[in-house]
Amino acid sequence: MSWVNAVAQGILLGGLFAMFACGLSLLFGVIGVINLAHGDFAVLGAYLVIAIIPSVAFNAMWAVLFVIPIFAVLGYALQRTVLQRSIEIDPLTSLLVTFGLSVVIENGLLEKYSNDSQSLDVGGLVRSALHVNSQISLSWLNIGILVLAVIVLSAVQLFLGRTSMGRQIRAVADDREAAEIAGVRTKHVAGIAAAVAFATVALAGLCFGSVQQFSPYSGSSLLLFSFEAVIIGGLGSLWGTLAGGILLGVAQTVGAQIDPSSGQLAGHLVFLAILVLRPSGLFPARATA
Amino acid sequence: MTLLEVSDLVVRHGQLTAVEGVRLSVDAGAAVAVVGANGAGKSTLLRTISGLHHPAAGRIRYDGQDVTSVSTHERVRRGLVMVPEGRRLFPSMTVEENLLVGAAVGRSGDWSLDRVYELFPWMTERRGQATGLLSGGEQQGVAIGRALMTNPRVLLLDEISLGLAPVAVQRIYSQLPDLLAAGMTALIVEQDVRQALRYASHVVCLLEGRMTLEGPPAAFTPEQIEAAYFGFMGADEAGATA
Repeated sequence: MSWVNAVAQGILLGGLFAMFACGLSLLFGVIGVINLAHGDFAVLGAYLVIAIIPSVAFNAMWAVLFVIPIFAVLGYALQRTVLQRSIEIDPLTSLLVTFGLSVVIENGLLEKYSNDSQSLDVGGLVRSALHVNSQISLSWLNIGILVLAVIVLSAVQLFLGRTSMGRQIRAVADDREAAEIAGVRTKHVAGIAAAVAFATVALAGLCFGSVQQFSPYSGSSLLLFSFEAVIIGGLGSLWGTLAGGILLGVAQTVGAQIDPSSGQLAGHLVFLAILVLRPSGLFPARATA
Repeated sequence: MTLLEVSDLVVRHGQLTAVEGVRLSVDAGAAVAVVGANGAGKSTLLRTISGLHHPAAGRIRYDGQDVTSVSTHERVRRGLVMVPEGRRLFPSMTVEENLLVGAAVGRSGDWSLDRVYELFPWMTERRGQATGLLSGGEQQGVAIGRALMTNPRVLLLDEISLGLAPVAVQRIYSQLPDLLAAGMTALIVEQDVRQALRYASHVVCLLEGRMTLEGPPAAFTPEQIEAAYFGFMGADEAGATA
């Protein structure tokens, strides 16, 4: 029964990974930037809550209302300034630039908040759980995060698939010059894609901060898990990303069940196995986002 | 009325001068053809008019305004629209989605999905298909449809016969008189001289980036055009630049 529990916990953990991976996948698919500061931006989102919440003094969940818009604007601005220029030079430059952003964010947070672990207070939710039986109990917070991940991925999918702006984003992802020729304001559209990506990063960061403790350096492992979820699921497929996140989550919790210190190692091994056996991922999709 | 005017245009790709001193004016409702061999600078000229290349010298005026430094998407929004060489459709999208990207410009006019489907009746049935499944001629139809969805005033057609079967070229070009009759202005770049001259009221021939011939097609013998096209400037033909 403890195995069933491990799998169930892994599935819930996978929702969080998928939400992280969504923004990474979107930014790479549309703009062609591999954002090495992805995890650090998520952690920055969580710290932003730490910075603001005490002065407002209510449940950290309300932070969603302001952190997400702030990150959307930040994403748009970064795209129109730093990211766009770096990718115009060459892809390597954009890697160096996002690596630089990562270093700046980590050290900036370290300077301000020291290396102490922090966590977000979401009130009683963190303790309440769904008791399936004596051995399996699922935290409502984790269930909520998985549901939220599915909602976010569905919303992004619908946005890209059904709206005019979504079509323009896919046009830019497919062929930037052809999009410009067809009258798409490609720079603005890429900015909107970055805004959406950053909004999901902020949300993922808040979810992460409410289930786990974090410190200024937590971002790099988040980046790694996001990469793994994207690669396992197949680049370009949002539902594949969800499956990839869940597989990674299950591998980690089941691995930890076998040997408590081997959870992350098990996740990496599954990732490597997929990379060797199915390099294009489980659900290689058409070339969208 | 002159709708599009290019004056003394010079375009360079690094060391190479691709277009040198090209002048060109297109009246509203007319069809002008730019012909020339491979590498003559035709596509560079058209891409510069659409804003994808920046000229080293010269001006581009459209609808009474200097648009030389205006962005490509803004030129599209004003009605100066290119059908690019090689179709350049969006491979991850269906036929209809490709068309709708053009509509997103938001320029008012009477082009709609229905009207494009009227022009290309086969498209109605295949609107939900990925464009990769279409033949070259059909893809060219979608590329033209996507440009029409922006409600253009001037269509810049870049080598639309390239890589197509003769019958498909014929079919695509046969739509042109209808478009012109509806008030469209066209600037056509072609390697296929006969095709271009059939519909154009004015022809410009480029050779190594320079103009070698200019005027109404009827003013020239096929030999004169051939000489301008390939650059065999015999003693008696040197004055053919009318």
